[in-house]
Amino acid sequence: MQFFGGSEISPSPPVPTTTGNNAHMMYVFNRNGVCLLYREWNRPLHTLNPQQDHKLMFGLLFSLKSLTAKMDPTSADKGNLGVPQLPGQGCSFHSFRTNTYKLSFMETPSGIKIILVTHPRTGDLREPLKYIYNLYVEYVAKNPLYTPGTSIR
Amino acid sequence: MAPAAPRSGDAIFASVERVNAELFTLTYGAIVRQLLTDLEEVEEVNKQLDQMGYNIGIRLIDEFLAKSNVSRCVDFKETAEVIAKVGFKMFLGVTASVTNWDADGTCCSIVLEDNPLVDFVELPDTCQGLYYCNILSGVIRGSLEMVSMKTEVTWIRDMLRGDDAYELQVKLLKQVPEEYPYKDDE
Repeated sequence: MQFFGGSEISPSPPVPTTTGNNAHMMYVFNRNGVCLLYREWNRPLHTLNPQQDHKLMFGLLFSLKSLTAKMDPTSADKGNLGVPQLPGQGCSFHSFRTNTYKLSFMETPSGIKIILVTHPRTGDLREPLKYIYNLYVEYVAKNPLYTPGTSIR
Repeated sequence: MAPAAPRSGDAIFASVERVNAELFTLTYGAIVRQLLTDLEEVEEVNKQLDQMGYNIGIRLIDEFLAKSNVSRCVDFKETAEVIAKVGFKMFLGVTASVTNWDADGTCCSIVLEDNPLVDFVELPDTCQGLYYCNILSGVIRGSLEMVSMKTEVTWIRDMLRGDDAYELQVKLLKQVPEEYPYKDDE
C-alpha cells in the first residue's frame, strides 16, 4: 500500500515539502489495541522492539485521550480520571507537536485509530487522515479475505 | 479547516456505486434458499442469517462512518434516528422511521415501509417460522457492537407473515466503554 510514495495524497492544502515524502511513520490501531498497520519511511532511531513500541504508542494515546477529556473546560459532566470512555465521546485531541516531529491522530466511533508522525511544520492533517480512513474502508473492511482484528498485510 | 458536516442519506446514496436491485434481491433469495437446503431447520437458518448479518455489520460500520461523516451520537435516540434515516437510506435506498420509544429510551422500533430484500418472495407453509430478513437484524447488532453498544434486535412485524409493515425492535442492553487492553505489569 503506497500512499506516501508520491505527493498525491489528498484534497487538503499541500504539505510543505520539497520531495513530497513527508511522513516519518504511520500506525493504525483497532479498538482492542491491536496494531493493524505500521509503516515507517524515515525513522533513524529505534529504541524498542516492535511489540513494545506498539504498546507504548497505544497506551500513550489512550491516556492522552482520557486526560484531554478530563481537562475539557467546556464539558459539563466528567467521571474520575481513568474511567473508561466510549470511543469518540467527549472531546478528543487531534495532534501534538514537538520540536522534531508532529503526531496527528484520528479516532472513529468504531475505535479505529490512525496515527501519523510527520515533520513538525506540517499543517492540519485531519483531512488526509480521513482520506486514509476511507482507503482503509475500501480496501480492508471490504476485503472478504481479511479477518477483522488481525494485522493488515 | 472545519470538519465536514454529516451528509444526508440521499446525498450519499446518490454518490456510492449501486448494484441492480433485482440482482441483489435474487442473490439474497438464492442465499436463503441454499441455507434452507443445507440446514433444513428453520431455527438454524435464522441463526445463521443473524450470524452472517453480524459479520457484515462489523465491517459495514466503518464504511458507514467513513462515508457519512456523522460524529459520535450523544444517546441511543440519536443513534436510532441515524440508523433509520442515514444508514438504511445509504445502503438499501429505503427510508425507515423510528417509533415506539419506551420510557427510559433504551428500546425502539424501526419501521420499514418497503424492503428490497423481499420483492417477489412468498413463504411456503413449510417455512413459516423463518425470519427472511434476519440478516438485517444481524447487521444492526454487529454495527452497534463495534460502536460499544450491546443490543438485541428482533422482528416484531413481518410482511411475509401477513402483517402490514416490517418492524424491527432494537433494544439497548448496555454501553460498553473502552478499556485499556494491556495489563499493567507487562
